[in-house]
Amino acid sequence: MKLHIKNGRVVDPANGIDAVQDLFIVDGKIAANGAAPNGFAADQTIDASGLVVAPGLVDLSARLREPGYEYKATLESELQAAMQGGVTTLVCPPDTDPVLDEPGLVEMLKHRARIVDQANVHPLGALTVGLRGQALTEMAELTEAGCIGFAQAEEPILDTTVLQRAMQYAKTFGYTVWLRPQDPHIGRGGVAHSGPLASRLGLSGVPVMSETIALHTIFELMRATGARVHLCRISSAAGLDLIRAAKKEGLPVTVDVGVHHLHMTDADIGFFDSNARLTPPLRSQRDRDAICAALADNTVDAICSDHTPVDDDEKLLPFGEASPGATGLELLLALTLKWAQDGRKDGGNRGLSQAIAKITHQAAQVAGLNAGTLSVGAAADVVLFDPDARWLVEGRALASQGKHTPFIGYELAGQVKATIVRGRVAYQRPAGR
Amino acid sequence: MPILHNNPQLNKNGELQHLLTIEGLKKSHIDHILDTASSFVGISDREVKKVPLMRGKSVFNLFFENSTRTRTTFEIASKRLSADVINLNIQASSTTKGESLLDTIDNLAAMHADMFVVRHAQSGAPYMIAQHLNRTRSDVHVVNAGDGRHAHPTQGLLDMYTIRHYKKDFTNLRVAIVGDILHSRVARSDIHALTTLGVPEVRAIGPHTLLPGGLDQMGVRTFTNIEEGLKDVDVIIMLRLQNERMSGALLPSAQEYFKSYGLTPERLALAKPDAIVMHPGPMNRGVEIDSAVADGSQAVILPQVTFGIAVRMAVMSILAGTHA
Repeated sequence: MKLHIKNGRVVDPANGIDAVQDLFIVDGKIAANGAAPNGFAADQTIDASGLVVAPGLVDLSARLREPGYEYKATLESELQAAMQGGVTTLVCPPDTDPVLDEPGLVEMLKHRARIVDQANVHPLGALTVGLRGQALTEMAELTEAGCIGFAQAEEPILDTTVLQRAMQYAKTFGYTVWLRPQDPHIGRGGVAHSGPLASRLGLSGVPVMSETIALHTIFELMRATGARVHLCRISSAAGLDLIRAAKKEGLPVTVDVGVHHLHMTDADIGFFDSNARLTPPLRSQRDRDAICAALADNTVDAICSDHTPVDDDEKLLPFGEASPGATGLELLLALTLKWAQDGRKDGGNRGLSQAIAKITHQAAQVAGLNAGTLSVGAAADVVLFDPDARWLVEGRALASQGKHTPFIGYELAGQVKATIVRGRVAYQRPAGR
Repeated sequence: MPILHNNPQLNKNGELQHLLTIEGLKKSHIDHILDTASSFVGISDREVKKVPLMRGKSVFNLFFENSTRTRTTFEIASKRLSADVINLNIQASSTTKGESLLDTIDNLAAMHADMFVVRHAQSGAPYMIAQHLNRTRSDVHVVNAGDGRHAHPTQGLLDMYTIRHYKKDFTNLRVAIVGDILHSRVARSDIHALTTLGVPEVRAIGPHTLLPGGLDQMGVRTFTNIEEGLKDVDVIIMLRLQNERMSGALLPSAQEYFKSYGLTPERLALAKPDAIVMHPGPMNRGVEIDSAVADGSQAVILPQVTFGIAVRMAVMSILAGTHA
């Protein structure tokens, strides 16, 4: 199978390419970028005039809800959402039911994903059995089954000794520990950022120090154990300051942020809108601005969708009882582009290439994956999108089974036109939509 | 680009469709309610304690959280307006059978409810109900009878009625709210009402563990020393200290709380000589308030209860006359 994508603006941050040129794909791999390889005769040609041709997106946090929560979403629905969102590689956290703490479960998930044959699915294994924070999982076995790292998802570890041991053990084999910094006690039961809004609405708060205290602990343990840590979904300016210092010190740490936190603040809760109930909570304007700036200065390596499908029964509840989370796979691209656009509006210099890097090769580097580039010889995972096409976020237009997002009713720029996985056109947006 | 959040308690003409919170109400809304209430105060002294303003209307009291006092006063207020009242104790009913909150609302709306009086342990629950009704049954009204820590607007209004009754003018008052501000929906509603009505100085008094952050943004001065906080105030609003807060990580003991923050005759003497003492009830004598103060000449705690019925009549009759 030979595919010729012509006249597109090829943006490949890993290779410093941003130019209108052709891309040639042979047998599932990138064969050439620019001039056709010798003897190339296309089986299929796509005219990408006016479109950006970029590496398929790499999403560092997408819950597919299998196994265990199929009423909320299935692999079929969510991987279709990934295709419509241009996401060709995704990392899924282990908080399924049962949790991903046994090799058999991971193999099953990988097997199911292979049958659906769309995005590449890379599970994180549970760091502790049942995510209970007591006993370590069989990390070597889980890695063999396909886990690319180990995480506690939303379950903090109460006993710091267990976290220390887990990091020591992960370090032994060179595994990365993925942690969302959150003190197990401070802010427990909280549903909104501790601040004037939570005080006014009478919502229990999650203070910023819930994040910073955990970060201090993690950094001390990193110094003691030498383990490599990926920090997930940082939410606060104070947290980012600590991370900036830790990176400067040379600690082996990488960072992602959730895409909602680039644009929204606690004020978007408005009149108790449960669509804005997220974990970690949306924080203040100052925190949001710090996140946007930290992406630009590379304190933050990647943006993830934090895709979390939640069904109506769990969302149409009073704010404090509603399940946290929002659908995100289909919004990741447009909201990342918006970060770049907003930055230019504010006089900054955030290019398209820098934005794409945060959801392609920089994200892949964090996860240790060979993805997110259009290098010759790389897997031909490609997204074609119109950066200027505007679309309205509506629940019924989303492929994901999760229809809840605080961006419902927003008009966003940047629409995926086609998604190519391993050289195959896996999704093409129907004309006129 | 942000979505415009329509204020769910107002209709498109800016009139009260529901009463969910005092925050965001205009002074004219509050004045109208208080003026209407004063026309109802005399009704309770008549031989026939009824007016026909809501004859033929059905008021459903939906109490998802226990309450005797508030539910009773709403029930009396409804009956004095000649409405039919249906009390539902939801904890013991359908939600324990797995029916969702909005299913319950749909079913009751289908029974031709005209008004829901809602109390719920979760902040914002009445909003969800009101927003749902705005989409599905815009002729049905919601009165928030207390939601989580968020708001208790009819209590706030009856407190304003009481202050207006005794003090006439809001614009020269110092008002102190004492106690567990952190968990108090009454405190939040009082603060919004007082600042809207132009009270120049609203004080919150309590230990740091019971004062939420962000009070200064709400226009409130905080004091941790009750002697300083009560100095020269015109109105003292005492808050109830819930039993479960009396010992633990927020406070060591009820005794120590009374010692530090209990309202005693000596402390009351620091306020203006004609200061009034209010309490939303039920009181913990010897915990937040000394009996000598609770039963003393400056206490207006029982008049608050009487005014509460008139204020709730006013709220319900005004809502019943508003059309979406």
